[in-house]
Amino acid sequence: MLSGSSKTPQSSVLSPESSVLSPKSRVLSPQTFLIVVVVGWFAALILVPSLALAKKAFDGGFRPFWDALASPDAQRAFGLTLVITLLATVVNTLFGLGFAMVLVRQRFWGRALADGLVDLPFAVSPIIAGLMLVIVYGPMGWLGSRLESVGFKVVYAWPGMVLATMFVTVPFVVREVVPVLREFGIDQEEVARTLGAGRWRTFWRVTLPSIRWGLAYGVTLTVARSLGEFGALLVVSGNILGRTQTATLYIHDTIEGFHPEGAYAASVVLGGISFVLLIGMELVRKIVSEKEESGR
Amino acid sequence: MGIAVRHLSKRFADFQAVDDVSFEVPEGQLVALLGPSGSGKSTILRIIAGLEPADSGEVELTGADATNLPVQRRGVGFVFQHYALFRHMTIRQNISFGLEIQRLDRTEIKRRVDELLDLVQLSGYAGRYPSQLSGGQRQRVALARALAPRPKVLLLDEPFGALDSRVRDELRTWLRKLHDEVHVTSLFVTHDQQEAFEVSDQIVVLNRGKVEQMGPPQQLYENPTSPFVTEFLGAVNVLPIDSILSMNSIDEEAPLPLDIPGPNGPELIYVRPHDMEVSRDSDGRPGWFARIKRLTPLGGLVRLELSLPDNTRVLVQMTRERCRELNLRDGEGIFVVPRNWKVFHQKSENFVQDYVI
Repeated sequence: MLSGSSKTPQSSVLSPESSVLSPKSRVLSPQTFLIVVVVGWFAALILVPSLALAKKAFDGGFRPFWDALASPDAQRAFGLTLVITLLATVVNTLFGLGFAMVLVRQRFWGRALADGLVDLPFAVSPIIAGLMLVIVYGPMGWLGSRLESVGFKVVYAWPGMVLATMFVTVPFVVREVVPVLREFGIDQEEVARTLGAGRWRTFWRVTLPSIRWGLAYGVTLTVARSLGEFGALLVVSGNILGRTQTATLYIHDTIEGFHPEGAYAASVVLGGISFVLLIGMELVRKIVSEKEESGR
Repeated sequence: MGIAVRHLSKRFADFQAVDDVSFEVPEGQLVALLGPSGSGKSTILRIIAGLEPADSGEVELTGADATNLPVQRRGVGFVFQHYALFRHMTIRQNISFGLEIQRLDRTEIKRRVDELLDLVQLSGYAGRYPSQLSGGQRQRVALARALAPRPKVLLLDEPFGALDSRVRDELRTWLRKLHDEVHVTSLFVTHDQQEAFEVSDQIVVLNRGKVEQMGPPQQLYENPTSPFVTEFLGAVNVLPIDSILSMNSIDEEAPLPLDIPGPNGPELIYVRPHDMEVSRDSDGRPGWFARIKRLTPLGGLVRLELSLPDNTRVLVQMTRERCRELNLRDGEGIFVVPRNWKVFHQKSENFVQDYVI
């Protein structure tokens, strides 16, 4: 994934033949041109801003960075983000697995519609998702008003924030698991059944290990996205300092409140976690599959 | 009885896949379910395994009713066309899967797996993963995995269908040998009549969800009871009865012992290509004068495509030696004598007469 960026485009691509055919010209071959464009674009778009952020966060050394993170507001915000992420990920993993199973294996009326609707959270802006939830679960909403009358507050409290995060991240597990499940088929499960395994054992010993990488990708993306969710939470949370303020809302507030060093530090931590997750996932997968392919 | 199936029926939407099927597989035999695609053979196998529920009918395994038993309690070994090995497990783990469910102790499992690896000649491969084996090896692992928990019956769904022809031939012979050692009651599905002939003790021929005929391979070949079985078990010439009559008129001194059909007609005659004898002249025997349209050498055999005087096309098969002896060439005129044929009465749908010259 990260290799390739170490080579400079010019040295790797200009082959001896091309230099013979056009001895003096500095014209790039189409392949070289493409590489330069892609790498350049990637750098300008992602690499440079990422490095700029890291540099900003550590401008005054490690101390201010640490102090910014040690503030009680920052700590509570990160704590809330972690709890919401955990809950949303667990629920979406279970639900996503079930949903993928139904989509791949069952034929029912409305299946195509369900298949299309799963992607809705990708298609609409999170802020719209937040609005939808407020309409239903808000103090004036038809479901929210009933829940509040029995003392259960959804919107402007953590349940609504978990709901919003789940809404926004629901497609990840479904979309990653469906293709692997389809490719996996049902032969192996049927064989396991004939060998005496019940449904539960078949699922744990045969199905789950076979779709583990799809599932792991889905979960990783869900976690990364949950950590970074902002728009839906902004609408649903009410952004109450110390109570419903997540890490992203904290970043938003510190930028607005003119002490950006808090924003830089929190951003680096949040971005760093997501980055490490994705890279770590790729690494583990590589190590495990290499071990399996070598076959001892 | 190893497997007994009674009045089995199964419908998928508007397609009758299995239609009142009954047959039995005697204990310890290897029986083939033979039929074209869509004849319901795989569905029957899956119903026996419990992987598919039947709409009606009963399944009996080793004498006990199994109709309502769930798959995992039927004690069947199942082998799929595409092996269905557990890809994330080693060969040893694959084979021991069923044994672990039986809660055997570890040394016992190891002993049994080693025994099976030996049986399928893959002793050195225990630690490999399925992706590191060839197709033939994978299918042998699938077989070992199915046999490991000592199933009551072994069910194989087109087990050689995904293999190339040389490996397929090898594995067929090997399966027959293995069965002679292990003697587990086995039912296998195939659409390939040659495969069914080579491997099985008995064949059940299926057509459109119904049993057409059942019996030992040679008996089916020699005494088919329907045109479908006759045609499915090997190449055959189907000619109108008039062809025989026209042949008769060629040589009036030796008329055929043929009852001229009365008002029962129309009738057809069935002659296998290898039951045709080709000669340079008639020798007083009844026969057709025919022209060689095309001569195709097939290794040890030669196939001739002939055209009769009324332009009917006839296939003939002979040995290479016989062909060389007669020195046959494309386009030549020859005599052809059907040594052996059957008359099929279309109205009553029966073979009514057998002739041997």
